[in-house]
Amino acid sequence: MKKKNLLFSSATTVLAITISLVIALVIILCVSEQPGQAVTALLLGPLRSTRLIGSIFTTAIPICFTGLAVCLMFQASMFNMCAEGSFFLGALAAAAFATKVPLPGILGLAGPMLVGAAAGALLCLVPAWLKAKLNASEMVASLMLNYIALYLGLYVLNTYLRDQSFGALASEKLPDSSKLDKIIPGTSIHSGIFLAIFFIVLCFLLLYKTSLGHKIRTYGQNPRFTKYAGIKVGSVIILSQVLGGAIAGIGGSVEVMGMYERFQWTSLPGYGWDGVILAILARNKPQYVPLAAIFLSYLRVGASTMASNTDVPKELITVIQAIMIMLITATALLKGMKQKMVIKEALSSGTDS
Amino acid sequence: MGQILEIIFTADFLHSIIRLSTPILFATMAALISERAGVINIGIEGTMLFASLMGVVGSAFTGNVWLGVLCAVVSGIAFSGLLSFFHLKLETDIVLTGIALNLMSSGLTIFILYILTGDKGVSTQLASKAVPNINIPLIQDIPVLGSILSGHSVLTYLAFFLVIALAIFLKKTKLGTYIRAVGENSDSVETAGISVNMVRLKALLISGAISGLGGAFMSMAYVNMFTKDMVAGRGFIALAAEAMGRGVPGLSMLSALFFGMADALSNNLQLFNMPSELTRLMPYAFTIVALGIYAAREQRKSKA
Amino acid sequence: MTDHEQVTPILEMRQISKVYGNGVYANQQVSLSVNRGEIHALVGENGAGKSTLMKILFGMEKPDQGEIVLEGKTVTFRSPQDAIARGIGMVHQHFKLVDSLSVTENVTMGYEPVKRGFIDRKTAKEKVSKIAELFELQDELDTATGKLPVGIKQKVEIIKALYRGAQILILDEPTAVLTPQETEELFDQLMKLKSRGYTVIFISHKLREVKQISNRISIMRQGKMIDTVDTDGITEQEISSRMVGTNYSKNLAKKAAEPKEVLLQVKNLTAVGMNKKEVVNNVSFSVRAGEITGIAGVEGNGQNELIQMITGLRKIDRGSVCIMGRDTGKLSIQELRELGMSYIPSDRMEDGLAVSMSIGENLISTKLKDRRLYRHHLLSKKKIRDMANQLVRDYRIKCDSQETPVSMLSGGNMQKVVVAREFTQQARLIIAEQPTRGIDVGAAKFIHEELIRLRDENCAVLLVTADLEELYQLSDNILVMYDGRFSAYFPNPDQVSETELGNYMLGVKIQSETEIGRGCHEEEKPAI
Repeated sequence: MKKKNLLFSSATTVLAITISLVIALVIILCVSEQPGQAVTALLLGPLRSTRLIGSIFTTAIPICFTGLAVCLMFQASMFNMCAEGSFFLGALAAAAFATKVPLPGILGLAGPMLVGAAAGALLCLVPAWLKAKLNASEMVASLMLNYIALYLGLYVLNTYLRDQSFGALASEKLPDSSKLDKIIPGTSIHSGIFLAIFFIVLCFLLLYKTSLGHKIRTYGQNPRFTKYAGIKVGSVIILSQVLGGAIAGIGGSVEVMGMYERFQWTSLPGYGWDGVILAILARNKPQYVPLAAIFLSYLRVGASTMASNTDVPKELITVIQAIMIMLITATALLKGMKQKMVIKEALSSGTDS
Repeated sequence: MGQILEIIFTADFLHSIIRLSTPILFATMAALISERAGVINIGIEGTMLFASLMGVVGSAFTGNVWLGVLCAVVSGIAFSGLLSFFHLKLETDIVLTGIALNLMSSGLTIFILYILTGDKGVSTQLASKAVPNINIPLIQDIPVLGSILSGHSVLTYLAFFLVIALAIFLKKTKLGTYIRAVGENSDSVETAGISVNMVRLKALLISGAISGLGGAFMSMAYVNMFTKDMVAGRGFIALAAEAMGRGVPGLSMLSALFFGMADALSNNLQLFNMPSELTRLMPYAFTIVALGIYAAREQRKSKA
Repeated sequence: MTDHEQVTPILEMRQISKVYGNGVYANQQVSLSVNRGEIHALVGENGAGKSTLMKILFGMEKPDQGEIVLEGKTVTFRSPQDAIARGIGMVHQHFKLVDSLSVTENVTMGYEPVKRGFIDRKTAKEKVSKIAELFELQDELDTATGKLPVGIKQKVEIIKALYRGAQILILDEPTAVLTPQETEELFDQLMKLKSRGYTVIFISHKLREVKQISNRISIMRQGKMIDTVDTDGITEQEISSRMVGTNYSKNLAKKAAEPKEVLLQVKNLTAVGMNKKEVVNNVSFSVRAGEITGIAGVEGNGQNELIQMITGLRKIDRGSVCIMGRDTGKLSIQELRELGMSYIPSDRMEDGLAVSMSIGENLISTKLKDRRLYRHHLLSKKKIRDMANQLVRDYRIKCDSQETPVSMLSGGNMQKVVVAREFTQQARLIIAEQPTRGIDVGAAKFIHEELIRLRDENCAVLLVTADLEELYQLSDNILVMYDGRFSAYFPNPDQVSETELGNYMLGVKIQSETEIGRGCHEEEKPAI
C-alpha cells in the first residue's frame, strides 16, 4: 500500500511537470516569432557551457536553503511565508556584520552567518509567537512581515550601510575573509554548496530522527492529538518556525557571501517563494529538496538563456511553475485511476477482505 | 505631534482615507464572500493584480473606460475560475493554490506587459483610460462633509454600495443563505441536496468579480497605469480586515477603513521628513498589530 | 404479518459492491429488498457496512458495482439531490443541521419558495408548519436549531426529509443519542408514519429495539448481506449470532471489585462555558484503585468538559482535581501522564491519533522520553519497529505492518492502537471515554477485558459511556450526570433498572445531596 501511494505521488509529479511543460510550449508557440530557438534554449540551454552548468548549481544553493526552511515550517502545518523576508534580512544582516565587524579567518565566515541566522530566526519568531500565544493567523502576519522586512532592510541599508562612493544603493564591499571561495574554475560554484548539503542532512535527521522532529510532524498532522499526548504545543510551533527562519537567514548570508561583492538588493529577491515551490515539489521532505532544487534551477537557467537569445521573457517560467505546483497538489488528478486499481486488486484478491 | 493632528483633522485627509480604503474594501468584500462559503481566498492579491493589468489593456485597446472595467471584472472571474477549478475539481489545497496563483500573476502580468509593450515595469505606453470621479448633488454643497464624501471615483461609491448589497444578498437570497450554510456546516448542505461545490464555485466567482473591480480601481482610478506588483499586499491586508470584521459586511468595512487610514497616515507622514522606507512599512505593521490585538481579545473572550 | 398481504418491493438494491481507498470492501455483492409501507431494520455490528449501503442509497457514495431499482425502475444517484428527487430521505446519526439557521431555514434548505429573487419566508413557514404539526413542533419554527435539544433536532431532521417529499425514510442509528423515554416517543412517531404509508429503513445494532419496531430484518456482517428475515420468526439470540458470525458470549468474567485507596479525587469542580453558563457545576466524586466508576448521562450534559478538566485539556475554572494525591491545577499534561494518568478519548480520530502517520509513530508519541527508542541520541528505526511489533502482537492489531498509516485501519483496530499506547505507560488512573464507540464486537470485548484486567491490577478506571450495556457490564458503581451536575450515585449497578437510570439521565428524578455525596467515598477510605 505504501509503495502504491509513493507510485501515485511520483506519477502525479511527473504528469504535472509534463503538462506544465506542454503549456509552456504552447505559450511559446503563441507569442514567439522564433519558437524553435526559444524551446531549445529553454530545454537545452543550460547544458551549452560549463559556466551555465555551473550556474544551475549556484542557482540551486539559495533555494535549497529556503526550500529546507519552508519544509520545516510546513511540516508543522504552519503556513508561514516569512522565508522570503528571513532570507532578505539574513543576507542584509550578514553583510552588515561583515562590513562593520571584519573578522579574520573562519570567524569572518561564521560570524556573519550566525548573525544572518539570528536575523532570519527573529523574523520568523513573530508569526510563530502570534500563533502560539494568541492563536493569530500566522499566514497573514507572515505576509505582512515580508513587506516589513523589505522596508526595514532598505531603511537600514540606506541609513547605516550605504556606500556613498558607489553609484547605486548598496552596502560597502564585503571583506575577503567574508567571502565564500569559488571551488570549480570556470564556474561560479562556491563552497556554500557544502553548507547546503550539510543542512539537508541536518534537516532530515532533525525531522525523522529526533524527538523534536517527531513532535513537529505530529503537530503538523494533528494539533489536537499533540496536545492530548502531552507535548508542549507552543514550543513545537516556535521552535519549528525559528529553526526554519534561521536556515533561511543562513541561506541569505551564504548567497550574499558566495555570489556578491556587496549587498545591493532593493526589492525582495523571491527566493523565499521559490522555497515554497520547492517544498511542494519535495512534498515537505528534506531528502527530496536537492533534486527539486536542481530541477527548478535548471528551468531558471533555461529561461534566462531563452530570454537573452529570443523574444520570450523569462517570466514565462513563473507561470509554468505556478501551474506545476497546482497540478502537483492536485490529489484528484489520478484519483480515479488509483481507485480503479484498488478495486481491481480487491476484486482479484477474491472474496477475502 | 500637533502638526500630525492638524493633518488628520483636515477634510483632505478624510477624503484620502476613503480613496485609499477603496481597493482594500473591494478586496475585503472579495475575501468575505469566499470566506463565508468556507474557502479562504489567498489568491485575491494576484487576482487584483491581473485584473488591474487587464483593465488597462482593455481600456487601451477598446478606447472605452467601461469596457476596460468590464475586462478587469471578467479577468478577475477567470482567475478565480482557475482557482476554483484546481481547488474544487482537482482537490488542491486552497492555500497553496492561492499562493501559486499569486506567484503566477506576478510573473504573468510582467510577461503580458512585455509582450505588448516591450516594457517590464509600467504600462505608460498603453493609452489607457481613467474611471471618472463624480460629484454628488446636494452632498457636495454641504460644507466640509461635501468635500470629504463627494468627488470620488465611481468605483469608490460602488465599493460602499457593494457592502450593503452583500449584506442583503447573504441574508435574503437563496444563494446567500447557502453560502452562509456551507461555511458553517458543509456536510449539512450536501445532504440537504445542494451541491457544496457549486455553491463554493459561485462564491469564488463573485469573489473574483469583486477582486476585478478592486484591480480596476488600482490601475484606472488610484493611478492611471499599471505598474508591476502594484497591489502591494492589499489582497493580504483584506484577509486580516475580513477576519477582524468577523465576516460581517458592515464590520469588515470598518476594518477596511481602518487600514485605509493607516495607508493615508503613512502617505502624510512623509511630509515630516520621516524616511520613506519607514512610512511605507507602516500599513503592514499596523495590520500585524491590529491582528495581534484582535486575536488577543478573541482569546480572552473564549477563555472567559 | 407481511406474509398474507400483497408484497411489493418499493426498493431493491442488487449486488452492490463498494471498495474504499484503502482496498477494503465496505460492501460486497450486497442485495437488499424493502417492501412498501414496512419498517425494515438493517442490523449488523459496527463496520459491517450498513452505513455505507445507506449512503449509497442516498447518493452520498457511488457504488463500484451493482444497481438500485426503485419502484421497478433502475436509478442512478450521483448526489443526495438525485436521491431526494426520487423520494428518499435520510436522517443521519450525526445530525446535518446548520446550527445558526432556524428550523424553517434548515427544513426548506435547497427547496425554498422564492419571491422576486428573495426567499419568501412567509410561504416557507406556512409549508413547514403543516408538517411540523404532526410532531407538535409548529412553535419552534423560528428557533435556531443549535439551541434545540437532541431529541427535537432529530424530529427536525425527519420533518426535513418529509418536506422534501420522502417516501422512503432512512434512519441511521436514531436511538444512539436518545434516552429510553425519547426512544419510545420516536417509535410512536415511526408507527404513525408507517400507518400513513411511508417506508422506513431503520439501522441499528440494538436488537431489542429492532425486535420491537420492525417488520423485517436484514442482517449484515463484514460487508456482506447475510439474510433477510421476518422479525416474528427470529429471536434476539439468533440475530446476534448471525450478526457476529460465531456464538459470541458477551458475558465478561468479572469478580467483585476490591476498592483500595483513592487515586482520583474531584472536589467542587466547575467549568464555565460560553455565555457564562456552568457546563460542569460544582461536581465532587472520587475513584479508588481497583474499581471502575461509570458515568452515565445523555451526551452534552457536561461529561466531556468534566473529563477534559481531569485530563488537563481544559482549564479548571473552580474547584480541584487530585491525582495520586497531587493537585493537578499547575501540572502540564505531560506531568499528569507521568503521574500515571492515561486517557482514551471519545474521538479517536480527532484527539487520539495522527491518522496519516504510521502505527509505530503513533505508538511512540507519548513515549519520546524513553531512551530505549534511541541509538546514538537519534531515534532508531529498528528499536521503534521492535517495540511497535510487540504491541501490535500483544493487542492483536490487524494490519500489514507497523508502518501502515493508521488511516488504513478499521475503527476497532484504530482504537486498539490508542489502547495499546495508553495501557503501556505504567498507568494507575485510566480515563476511558466512550472506549468502544463505533467498533466491532470483537475489539470491544477485547478492550473491556483489558479494562477489567487493569482494574484487577489495582488501577482506578473512570468510564464515561453512552452505551448502557457497556455501563452495566463494566461499572462497579455508577454516577449519573445531568445538566452539569450529578443526579444520582449507585454504589452497585444491580440496584437500578435501565428505565430508572433513564429518569435520572433526563433529570426527571434527582437524588439528595447526601446520596450523591456517597460518590466521594470519604468515610470508607481516606485519601492518600
